[in-house]
Amino acid sequence: MSMDFTVSQIEQEVTIVNKFGLHARPAMQFVELANKFSCSIEVAKGTLVVDAKSIMSVMRLAATKGTVLKITADGTDAAEAIEALSELVDSGFGE
Amino acid sequence: MIRKKGIGVSPGVAIAQIVIIDNEEFDIPERHVPVDHAQNELDRLKYALKISKEEILNLQQRTIERIGKEAASIFDFHLGLLNDKVLQEKFHDTILSGHVTAEYSVATVLRSYAKEFLAMPQYLADRVKDVYDIEKRLLRNLTGQQRQSLSHLTRNVVVVAHDMTPSQTASMDRKHIKGIATDAGGATSHTAIVARALGIPAVVGLEDITSVTSGSEQLIIDGSRGLVIIDPDEATLEECRLLAQQQVEFIHSLDALQNLPAVTKDGHEITLMGNIEFPEEVETVQAKGGEGVGLYRTEFLFLGSDTEPSEEVHYEAYRQVIEYCPGNTIIIRTLDLGADKYTQSRARNPERNPFLGCRSIRFCLQNLPLFKTQIRAILRASVDANVQMLFPLVSSLTELRQAKSIVKDVAEDLEEEGLPHRNDIPIGIMIEVPAAALQANSFAKEVDFFSIGTNDLVQYTLAVDRGNEKVAPLFTAAHPSVLRLIREVIRTGQQHEVPVSLCGEIAGDPMYTLLLLGLGLRKFSCTPMAIPEIKKVIRSITIQQALEVARQVSRFDTDKEILSYLRAVTRKVLPEVYSE
Repeated sequence: MSMDFTVSQIEQEVTIVNKFGLHARPAMQFVELANKFSCSIEVAKGTLVVDAKSIMSVMRLAATKGTVLKITADGTDAAEAIEALSELVDSGFGE
Repeated sequence: MIRKKGIGVSPGVAIAQIVIIDNEEFDIPERHVPVDHAQNELDRLKYALKISKEEILNLQQRTIERIGKEAASIFDFHLGLLNDKVLQEKFHDTILSGHVTAEYSVATVLRSYAKEFLAMPQYLADRVKDVYDIEKRLLRNLTGQQRQSLSHLTRNVVVVAHDMTPSQTASMDRKHIKGIATDAGGATSHTAIVARALGIPAVVGLEDITSVTSGSEQLIIDGSRGLVIIDPDEATLEECRLLAQQQVEFIHSLDALQNLPAVTKDGHEITLMGNIEFPEEVETVQAKGGEGVGLYRTEFLFLGSDTEPSEEVHYEAYRQVIEYCPGNTIIIRTLDLGADKYTQSRARNPERNPFLGCRSIRFCLQNLPLFKTQIRAILRASVDANVQMLFPLVSSLTELRQAKSIVKDVAEDLEEEGLPHRNDIPIGIMIEVPAAALQANSFAKEVDFFSIGTNDLVQYTLAVDRGNEKVAPLFTAAHPSVLRLIREVIRTGQQHEVPVSLCGEIAGDPMYTLLLLGLGLRKFSCTPMAIPEIKKVIRSITIQQALEVARQVSRFDTDKEILSYLRAVTRKVLPEVYSE
């Protein structure tokens, strides 16, 4: 019998659209939003995978305009988290 | 066992466990703690994070009120960093795996992030400033705890630090701190002055004492020989205990001089006064046999608290000094701040060259409310007392005249308000800028007394920063140019019948006593602990001998020759101190 690993884990690719990318303020918005969910959330740029709830880690991504990020959420509210975070990135952080 | 040679600035031998005080302005050395102390480091970190968050919330609130929400949003980022769980885990891991201090953990972890940020596109790399800001805040709160702990010690310790700032030494627990060793500093650094005032052994200019010690060692500080011994062996310990014992005996033997006058063998009376920073020190001046206060440094009224002292705070302090020694002369020096951390950290634009900047009398003349508050308090406190007012760092007659006219204004205000005050307070200036020394002739016509401040006079004559360990050896009052200025000022004073005192460090250094007497000086003001030794020299010699010493010294061209000659002469007079 095989275990089901995929039930709660969801991924989504997003593209940074705002001019200055994930600089301090948008990165902080992103991290604050991520912290509202109980699921674990990771965000990856290429092979660099970091904790989406850590501002220092998200800053390390150095995500500029046009960067493609992969958000992975794992937990009961993973779907909501992915939806909210994608929407924030797509909106260009209101800039 | 490691021996390290530095500059001995306050004599005596201390043997105790060490306490290290890091400084957030400098590189935090990698320092290991015993395994069972790791929890303590984690707790300290937790506390520093908490305090830092509170500070930022306050700052954010104030910024919102004053400038607006937009400007305050950067603090969300700072708070985000302090709340960052990943970052906190890194701090913890570094402490636990490396057995290092919380300070070192914070510094290394944040520096590694900063390095990463610096490699990013410009607008992201800029955030490195915020990382440094957070680092500094956390370190300040961590080292602040350490400094706090200096004010309530339960055991005897010796303090090891990069350098000691006035606010650190002001809050020190004097009963338990037995010695001081620092990386930086020279013979006239603040650390040296405080150590001598407290009578605790100190060695400065050790360069790397904060990084070669770990915080758990035993340390011998030999301020007489300028030596520090880390983890001494039993034989060395025994030797130093004996030395310490001999010194205690010598100091006690000087106690007998307390009530004897400071008079030379051939009957010349010399005035020997004390320099103080705190009113209570007047008791030491008296216990050591000094007559009055030749220099009351009032900076500590400002350094002790975050707000400017009120007129009442000034007044109370001055009254306290007066009541400790009624009848005696008390020379109160007006605020001598400027080229220091206190004013620099408060200044909107830190000065590029603060020692040539807005300090002392210049600072006071540009901050009249503060200056007037102090003068009001001095005039009120001295109504029935023998108080004199001393202006520091005067370099032109214009400054002196401005300052004097302010004193007059203040006296008139007090008159109108019907408050009792003194109208005829003697006013003097510090001679500590070569310009003032060279123009002493003109100044003599407009002042009641001169006080030579050799520390600044040396600094400005020789262009040497006394706090810079790289050039500290060049800092010496024995330089022929400095001695020539001192001689001329004393002569000018004699010609105009303006009393001249000397309140710099050399007034309390027995090596210079004969020379200064020979140059004509009759008033010395020094750190209270040095009074007995100076008195002993004075009582052991004649003015003829002193004149001969001054004559000999005038024949030498270099400070080296002068120093070795003075050392030889002093060894004859005071073999107990110069026994090497």
